[in-house]
Amino acid sequence: MSILSKIFTAFKGGAREVGEAIVDANGIRIFEQEIADAQNALQSAKKNLTEVMAKEMQTKRKQSALSESIAEHEGYATQALEKGDEALALEIAEKIAVFENEKVELDEVLATYSNSVAQLKAQVKEAEKTIKENQRQLSMVKTTESVQKATMAVNSTLASNNSSMSSAKASLERIKQRQADRADQLTAAKALENEETGGDLKAKMAAAGIGESKSKGSDILERLKAKKG
Amino acid sequence: MDLQELSIKLAAHVHEGMGFESYLLPGEQPVLQIVVEGFNEMPIFVTVTDEQMLCISYLFDVKELKEGVTGQLNETLLKLNVPMPLSSFAIIDDKYSIFGSLSVNSSFEDIAHELVTLADNAVDALETLEEYLA
Repeated sequence: MSILSKIFTAFKGGAREVGEAIVDANGIRIFEQEIADAQNALQSAKKNLTEVMAKEMQTKRKQSALSESIAEHEGYATQALEKGDEALALEIAEKIAVFENEKVELDEVLATYSNSVAQLKAQVKEAEKTIKENQRQLSMVKTTESVQKATMAVNSTLASNNSSMSSAKASLERIKQRQADRADQLTAAKALENEETGGDLKAKMAAAGIGESKSKGSDILERLKAKKG
Repeated sequence: MDLQELSIKLAAHVHEGMGFESYLLPGEQPVLQIVVEGFNEMPIFVTVTDEQMLCISYLFDVKELKEGVTGQLNETLLKLNVPMPLSSFAIIDDKYSIFGSLSVNSSFEDIAHELVTLADNAVDALETLEEYLA
């Protein structure tokens, strides 16, 4: 059963004491053991993997050396034939056959290595998955327990500090009151600023069409017409 | 980040124009109580586990609800969870709560941003959910 469903069952039960462990200490130890085992498996799989990969590379190197030797000897055999030395050519050809057989054998070895590499890589993946999964589950247990303990600490603080214990409604009233105060302060500050700069009076006068007015195109046109006339 | 260190850093920090007050609560599990300037009513409680840092603010007690609104409230909270930036709703013991969780590797700036956002969200949530309160 996953930890999440264990936590779910525990909460559904409801009768649980605050602070009671969701998963007993033994359960946590099992998770920790599984993580440790998987980490060991991961270590050895990685070690084997590097060894096999090294062998695989060696074998491939051997094979290409053989291919080179084959090509080289084919050249020799051709030369011997050209010189009409059939017996020498045959001897060289036999040598080539030995190289080729060796190469085929190495093919088989190489296939075994490739298989091992694939298997070990799968093991590494599996171990990493197990570690991650167990750590995730363990983290859920630990978080739940930490929150429970933290809640206890918070509750005892709140209980000994009446002001923080007030109801949400009362908090909300205070928040709203403070917001209103702040809005009032802003309005007052703005009014004061307007008074100080005379902005208020100016605005009133402008609204009434009194006081300095900005020159407008139409006014200028009127003035020009008047001059002309 | 260690809670003691966080407390010291917060005392000297101003984030988006807001300062912080904090003190460590005694107990088996260390908890840092933080008040974001201007949000005295909604203290935030921060606790650290192996993997994450949990920031929790308590909204109201189950007992403060109007009768018969629980189902409706819970549905509302589930719907509000996604649009609400960085925070989620939860029930811890008998208290409706709002919380955010951060990686333990978060930067101090990230934590400060989380705290300010959580305080904002907490007040918003309280105002929004007022109709469910008795």
